[in-house]
Amino acid sequence: MAAKFILQVLTANRLGDGEAVWWSADRRWSETLAGSEIAHDADAAAALEAIGKAAHAANLVVDVNLIDVELADGVIVPLRLREKIRAAGPTIRPDLGKQARPAAARAA
Amino acid sequence: MYRYDEFDRDFVNARVAEFSDQARRRLRGEISEDQFRPLRLMNGVYLQLHAYMLRIAVPYGTLSSRQMRMLAYIARTYDKGYGHFTTRQNLQFNWPALSDIPAVLADLATVEMHAIQTSGNCIRNVTADHFAGAAADEVADPRPYAEILRQWSSVHPEFSYLPRKFKIAVTGAEHDRAAIQVHDIGLHLKKNAAGELGFAVYVGGGQGRTPMIAKKIRDFLPERDLLAYTTAILRVYNLHGRRDNKYKARIKILVHETGTEELTAWVEKEFAELRDTELALPAEDVKKIEAYFAPPALADRPEGWGALAAAQRADEAFSAWVRRNVTPHRHPDYACVTISLKGIGEVPGDATDAQMDAVADIAEELAFDEIRVSHEQNLVLPHVARADLKAVYDRLVAIRLETANAGLVTDIIACPGLDYCALANARSISVAQDISIRLGDQKRQEEIGELKIKISGCINACGHHHVGHIGILGVEKKGDELYQVTLGGSGDEVTSIGDIVGRGFTAAEIGGAIETVVDTYLGLRAAKDETFLQAYRRVGLAPFKEALYGSEAKAA
Ligand code: SF4
Repeated sequence: MAAKFILQVLTANRLGDGEAVWWSADRRWSETLAGSEIAHDADAAAALEAIGKAAHAANLVVDVNLIDVELADGVIVPLRLREKIRAAGPTIRPDLGKQARPAAARAA
Repeated sequence: MYRYDEFDRDFVNARVAEFSDQARRRLRGEISEDQFRPLRLMNGVYLQLHAYMLRIAVPYGTLSSRQMRMLAYIARTYDKGYGHFTTRQNLQFNWPALSDIPAVLADLATVEMHAIQTSGNCIRNVTADHFAGAAADEVADPRPYAEILRQWSSVHPEFSYLPRKFKIAVTGAEHDRAAIQVHDIGLHLKKNAAGELGFAVYVGGGQGRTPMIAKKIRDFLPERDLLAYTTAILRVYNLHGRRDNKYKARIKILVHETGTEELTAWVEKEFAELRDTELALPAEDVKKIEAYFAPPALADRPEGWGALAAAQRADEAFSAWVRRNVTPHRHPDYACVTISLKGIGEVPGDATDAQMDAVADIAEELAFDEIRVSHEQNLVLPHVARADLKAVYDRLVAIRLETANAGLVTDIIACPGLDYCALANARSISVAQDISIRLGDQKRQEEIGELKIKISGCINACGHHHVGHIGILGVEKKGDELYQVTLGGSGDEVTSIGDIVGRGFTAAEIGGAIETVVDTYLGLRAAKDETFLQAYRRVGLAPFKEALYGSEAKAA
C-alpha cells in the first residue's frame, strides 16, 4: 500500500511587503492560512506547485513553498512549528502579526 | 564622534539612489528575485518569516542622540514601534515593507547611517569594545582603527566577493569585551615596551557550525602597518579560501586546514610586499581620525562620590543598579553605564521607539550625547558623571530600563530565533524569557553572580552560544524544538568553546535544566566569589551531567 499522502498547501511571502500569504481555495493569495486550497494527492500538489512557480515568475510573491498540514476538526494546521509561527506571528508578541488582527479582518 | 566627510556623504547618498531604483524596478517586476536578492542583501534587506527585515549598521556600536532619535522615528513610522539590537552591534527592524525601505535608507542617510555591508560575503560592520574611549582599563581607544578599517573596507573592490562573510573586531583593553578571538580577524590594540601603539593580531576565530578559537599570528604589529597586514590576510584568504563548500568557506577552516605556521608564512610574505606601499598608515591620517573620537571635556565632579554614597544608602534598588550596571571610567568622577535591554521576562535586545527617544534625551542631557550598542544586546552611556548617576537612573526607571542585571544570569543574549528568523530551527527568545523569569529574583541573581547565558536558534550561532558560560542551541528533531546545552564557553581574553553536556531538552524542559545547572554550581562552588566559569573549569562536566541525567549519566 502506498504511504499515506500528507496534505499540503501553498505558501509564499508577498513581494511588496513580505507578508506571509497562502493560496486559497477561491484562487487568490490570502493573508490567512484558513481557507487555503489543500492538495490531497500528488497531482493536486503538482498543480499547486505550478501556481506558485507562475506567481513567482509574475513577481507577485517570493519564497514559494509547499508545506505539510493536517486537518484538525476541519481547521488547517501546519505540521512544522515554523509554519505555525508564520501563520500566526511571533509567539512572544501576541500583539503583532496575524494573530493580533480581528478575526473579521482575518477572514476578509 | 566620526562625522562623514564629503566623500562618505556622496557615497551613501548615491547608494540610496541606486537601491531606490533597484527596489522600484523589482516592485514593477522589471527584475526577478534572483537578480534582486544579492542587491537587497548588499543593502541589509533580508526576507524573514513574517516580513522583510532591515539590518542597519551601527559602526563600532557608537550612536549619537540624533541618530538614536532617527532609529526611533523609523521604528514608529515604518515599522511596528520597536527595534532589535543584535550581537553584531547592529539594529534590526522586523517589519518594513520593501516599498518603504528606500525612504528608510534616505532618512538614515540624513544622520550618517546606512545598511551597507551588513550582509553578503564582504567585510562586515567592524565591532569594538562598547566601553571604548571610556573604560578605566583601556590602553587606547580602538574606534579610530575600526573607522580606518571601515573606510578601507567599504565597497573594497578586491574584497567585496570573498569566499564568505568576514568579521573584524577590535579591543583596546587587556580584558576583552569585544570577543575578538571568535572573529575572522581580532585586533588587540596595545603598547610595546617602547610605548608605541600596535596590535596583537588573531586570525581564524569563529562560531557557527564549526567553532574555532582564533590563532595569534602576530604579537605586535606596528600601528602604521594595520591596513597592509589586514590586506595581506584578506589576500591570502581570497586566494586560498574554499569557494566549493559554503560550510568550509570561512577563514577559520583555511587556518585550520593549512596550519597556523604555514598560513602565517603566507600572510607575512604578502605583507612584506605591501608594507611600504600606499597602504602604510601615515601618522597624520591616524591623528585626523583620532580627533573625531576625542573624548568629551570631562570636568572634575568630585561631589559625585558623596552624593552617590548617600543615594545608594537611601535606595536599595538604585544601589543594586550601581553594583551591577556601573563600570569604572578612566576619569574617577565618571562612570560607564550599562542600560540593560534585558528586563525580567522581556525580549533580549528589543527597545521601543519611546525608549530609544528617551535614551537619546538622557544621553544628550546627562551623557555627552554618546550612546553605545554592546554585542551583549544592551545600550551603554560611556560617560556619566557619578554625580548624575541617580538622575540617569530615575529617568531609566520612568521608561522601565533600570534592570540591575548586567553580567548576571538574566542578562541573556538571544538571537531572534524561530519567532522571526527564516533560518531558525527553534525559538530562542521564549527560552530566554523562561529562564529570566525563573532566575529573575534580584537577590538570587546576585547570589549566583556573573554567569553568561547565550542562546542561538540554529547552528549559525548568532546568539554566540558556543562562548556562553551556559550555551543553548536550538535544533529541530522530528518537527519539535530541542535544546542542546553547552557549558564552559567564554568569549573574553581566555576564550573557550563550551562542551556539550549530553542529550538535548524539549522546550518544556530547558528552563528547568538550566535551573538545575545553576543550582549544581551553587552547591559545588568553592567560595562565594568563585564564578560559574571558574568552578566549571575546576570541576568539568561530570557533576552537571550527574545532576541533569542522574543514573542515565552513569550508565552512559
Ligand atoms: S542563530 Fe540561526 S536562528 Fe538565530 S538569528 Fe542566526 S540564523 Fe537565525
